[in-house]
Amino acid sequence: MVTHENGGGHGQHQAPTGFIRKWVFSIDHKVIGIQYLCLALFSAFVGMGLSLLMRLHLGWPAAKFAFFNGGQMTPEQYLALMTMHGTIMVFMVLTTAPQSGFGNYFLPIQIGAADMAFPVLNMLSFWTTFVSLVVMVCAFFVSGGAPIGGWTSYPPLSALGEIVGPGQGAGETLWIIGLAIFCAASLMGALNFITTLIDLRAKGMTLGRLPLTCWTWFVTAILGLLAFGVLLAACILLLLDRVAGTSFFVPGGLVVTDQVITWHKGGSPLLWQHLFWFFGHPEVYIAILPGMGVASHLLSTFSRKPVFGYRAMVGAVCGIGFLGFCVWGHHMFVSGMSPYSAFAFSILTMTIGVPSAIKTFNWLGTLWGGKIEFNCAMLFALGFVSLFVSGGLSGLFLAQPALDLYLHDGYFVVAHFHLIMGVAAIFGMFAGLYFWFPKMFGRFMNEGIGKVHFWLTFVGVYAIFMPMHFLGLAGNPRRYSEMTAGPFLQKLQPVHVFISYAAFFTIAAQLIFLANFLWSLFAGKEAKEENPWHATTLEWSIPSPPPFDNFGGVEPVVYHGAYEFSVPGAADDFIPQHMAPDLVRKA
Amino acid sequence: MPGTVFDDVELIDAGHGGGTPPPAGGDDDGDSSGARRPVPRRAYFTALQLGLAAIVMFFMAMASSYIVRKGLGTDWQTTPLPRVLWFNTAILLTSSVTIVVARKKLAGGEREAFQSWWWVTTGMGMLFLAGQIVAWRQLAASGMLLATNPSSSFFYVLTAAHGAHLAGGILALFYVAFRPWSRSRISQSTAAELASIYWHFMDGLWIFLFALLTLGR
Repeated sequence: MVTHENGGGHGQHQAPTGFIRKWVFSIDHKVIGIQYLCLALFSAFVGMGLSLLMRLHLGWPAAKFAFFNGGQMTPEQYLALMTMHGTIMVFMVLTTAPQSGFGNYFLPIQIGAADMAFPVLNMLSFWTTFVSLVVMVCAFFVSGGAPIGGWTSYPPLSALGEIVGPGQGAGETLWIIGLAIFCAASLMGALNFITTLIDLRAKGMTLGRLPLTCWTWFVTAILGLLAFGVLLAACILLLLDRVAGTSFFVPGGLVVTDQVITWHKGGSPLLWQHLFWFFGHPEVYIAILPGMGVASHLLSTFSRKPVFGYRAMVGAVCGIGFLGFCVWGHHMFVSGMSPYSAFAFSILTMTIGVPSAIKTFNWLGTLWGGKIEFNCAMLFALGFVSLFVSGGLSGLFLAQPALDLYLHDGYFVVAHFHLIMGVAAIFGMFAGLYFWFPKMFGRFMNEGIGKVHFWLTFVGVYAIFMPMHFLGLAGNPRRYSEMTAGPFLQKLQPVHVFISYAAFFTIAAQLIFLANFLWSLFAGKEAKEENPWHATTLEWSIPSPPPFDNFGGVEPVVYHGAYEFSVPGAADDFIPQHMAPDLVRKA
Repeated sequence: MPGTVFDDVELIDAGHGGGTPPPAGGDDDGDSSGARRPVPRRAYFTALQLGLAAIVMFFMAMASSYIVRKGLGTDWQTTPLPRVLWFNTAILLTSSVTIVVARKKLAGGEREAFQSWWWVTTGMGMLFLAGQIVAWRQLAASGMLLATNPSSSFFYVLTAAHGAHLAGGILALFYVAFRPWSRSRISQSTAAELASIYWHFMDGLWIFLFALLTLGR
């Protein structure tokens, strides 16, 4: 079946032997991918722990906790948890795991390359990300604690220092520095991804034969390359407003905590919003596009059918990427912008519905009439499609300025972005992990426990986020630590209690995942075959786990598209990309 | 903006689409490191172009902030630009000529002449940076500090950001001059070409920033 002759021994003679060079400062893209995944897994559990504390407080605002010195959580502590939850989840989980983690591991293999174009740069990019995580987490431990300005860190509150709130002193400064370091790391990574995909494809791996995973990693890297430089510039200006007394973002005549701010004048807080969201909207697609790639890849593989409308899928990914740079203003409808600008941003935003609908239609088209295998990876891919649709539909409401004015600062938005950007992307990661686990570690994850994990998580996330839509419609504001102030909010409290229980339930389900992951790593069923899923792409033509230089120094040759399943006239229901045409068995 | 990059992709695809092999580092005179296929020479140029695209985005963000801040604020005062900036600009423009001469000498096999011209370029780069510091000191002496006015804030930020990028270019020039190229993945002439593209770009970027600071005061 598999024609590639590359024993592990041949490929491994170049591999470093020392622990430090092999596992710590490794230049092997596979090890770096695993390092990124570990960083993201750690961050995901930290972020989830923070949300657990927030949900405890939202459900039972009067409760006292030992870890808050035996008292109630203060509003400032709540805001600090919220800020760090958002920041860690967006940057250290959603940006790193799907792209830098899985992309690092599988992009070079899927295009038939021995490594990334610049392995040392790749290593630097990971360790720079690590430093940025450390700097950000340090914000918890400095005087005043973590920042309270939210992950968007709007000035003037983010620019004025401790006078605004406890975490806005040293904590906010560390937050901005950490983010600036993260920008540098992401730029290095993006540059490496794009160069690798353009220049290191194996013979025969034309753009039309690329797996859709590679297309999404490619477009994501382009978004990162063009967006992170803008955020870096914004961070530098904000930092100068804080530490050097400049007035890029801070207007004059502010009165904060009974004190007149005299040392700033003339700045524009809206300028930060423009810069931040020019980065921030592409960032949403940086989080979700790789998930789309994995979903497309898995729906095809486990339906035993080619991707329906491959070219349309590629076009849709590029279209979403391009439009992502044209719609940042829809985050600013309540900023007092001109209704004409709002109209333009609104139309452009709803235009994104077109490529998104193409993708959804083609996913359903791929499934239609297929021999569907409901394993864990496939279930999570299907879950991704479900969440993408549920979360995407509310985007059409929010894209309209008149509706957004009411919904913007409420729980409707919280429900929307968690479903589409947070949970959908995380389902994409789970799908990828269950699918690629045997290739990465040579063992399978336990399918039975995995299915329990899927169903608990799937029901759990809907139970958390669906009711939030109704909270938002009922006028429940977000970013408030207590909902007990007004009579209309008191009536909503039982919904908050329900959501908190659903959150505890879902978080507990992730412990099942963690146990399965760790157990499978050491004692899971061995993946004896190179290609247990009967998949077509190049990573399944090499041993599991792959040797140091992937293809043993032999450049693979690609003869087929990425999704040649159930080809009429062929004996097997899949044709690997590297199989020479004369070796394909006839039916 | 993404369109530009896609155009590049399509071009390259047209070059070796349909199964023609990509040059497996054949036009690269470096030593391939064992079993791993060498990275093709063109990858370095792709990476450089991408790096420049990211730098463009960074400076476009800065420049648009400059324009927006000037338009929105009521407190904008014109910062008088020190005359030494004209001298610095002339130095940087000249260094773009000397780096071309240096590369011509390298192509012609005149290694000693290459070294001399390369050092002249490096020296001019450092002279430019020194001149920028002189401009800062003159401005500071006239009472215009970083936080004095948005116009002076932007002057310091833009010149510092450009200076930092140019300092990176100077490091690249040193690297090209000092690195033992016999055992490297690319040749010295390729490295010199890459460094010179970056250098010309820094030159052009300075012209843009200088025009913004002069005409957009």
